[in-house]
Amino acid sequence: MALLSSLCCFGQSSNVLTLAPPEKVTAKIGSALQVKLPLELRPGYHCNSNKPSDEYLIPLKLTWAPGPLESPEVIYPPPQMEKYSFSPTPLSVYSGNFELLTKFKVSAAAMPGQVIITGKLKYQACTDRMCLQPKTIDVSIPIDIIK
Amino acid sequence: MPSLYNQIRVIVRYIAAATVLCAALSITGCSSLERAFGTSTVKAAVKAEHDRKPAPDFTLKDVHGKPVKLSDYRGKVVLLNFWATWCGPCKIEIPWFMDFEQTYKDKNFAVLGISLDEDGWESVKPYIEEKKINYRVMVGTEQVATLYGEVDSLPTTFMIDREGRVAAVHIGLVNKSEYNHDILELLEAPQPNRGGIVVEPVLLRTK
Repeated sequence: MALLSSLCCFGQSSNVLTLAPPEKVTAKIGSALQVKLPLELRPGYHCNSNKPSDEYLIPLKLTWAPGPLESPEVIYPPPQMEKYSFSPTPLSVYSGNFELLTKFKVSAAAMPGQVIITGKLKYQACTDRMCLQPKTIDVSIPIDIIK
Repeated sequence: MPSLYNQIRVIVRYIAAATVLCAALSITGCSSLERAFGTSTVKAAVKAEHDRKPAPDFTLKDVHGKPVKLSDYRGKVVLLNFWATWCGPCKIEIPWFMDFEQTYKDKNFAVLGISLDEDGWESVKPYIEEKKINYRVMVGTEQVATLYGEVDSLPTTFMIDREGRVAAVHIGLVNKSEYNHDILELLEAPQPNRGGIVVEPVLLRTK
């Protein structure tokens, strides 16, 4: 199993959640691989975790489009429980630097060559005084499939 | 003539707003909203009359399906609040706005809420019912948000004077007392001058 880091960059300067440009990822036919997405939230901001504390809150969610890699399983890091002035109870959030991990399988029937896996990352960020509209970021990672 | 105390108070408020503005700009840059309405503050004092721009008109439906047209509120001071059910800081302000609606509704004042929830009434209607919100709430459209400078940050609240002009913009959670000050300042301003007659406002502050 290969542990792979993949980074992306987002064009909108208003995004408070950022990634770095993608790195080249290599995976063997028939193998499993993990794709790591390191994320960074601008200081002072937090976003809801994948399991927010309140039904009205919008969760962080990474979804992958159907593609050449199979059975994507997204693993979210443990959230932080943080108290903010606008909430009577601590909220389940992410802040600073954190990583999302996705496990994939490369089909035994896959053909060698480069493929691109694409996904969408939806998040909703706030400070302790204001919230930004939910944003969805396109994630695109090139994968070199080898024998 | 305004008293010396009031003049000093206005100056202090402008300095405070400018300080917050510098800090905010260093982090966020200048938004469309700021460009549209000439304000770039996290909180801003009521602007001088000649600096006020017309509040863009819109018609949206409230929870009962009745149309709400902003220009129908001409002659009233309007607190126009953009919010969402997923916005924690917005939820702090809503009880304040309910208080304002209750306190000033008979004094030519109204609160209007525009929700920017993506799923519209599905989230907003239960929330209105749960919190027993006593002012009119509409579900916003991208078009209306664009008219008001895209409104990327919530809460964003526009204080609209009796002439239908944007007198102040508050981005982010502000103190209740600051809103109250704005409301009183706008309600106490002389009524729009029509045909050369200046109508003095009703005395609102309690002694």
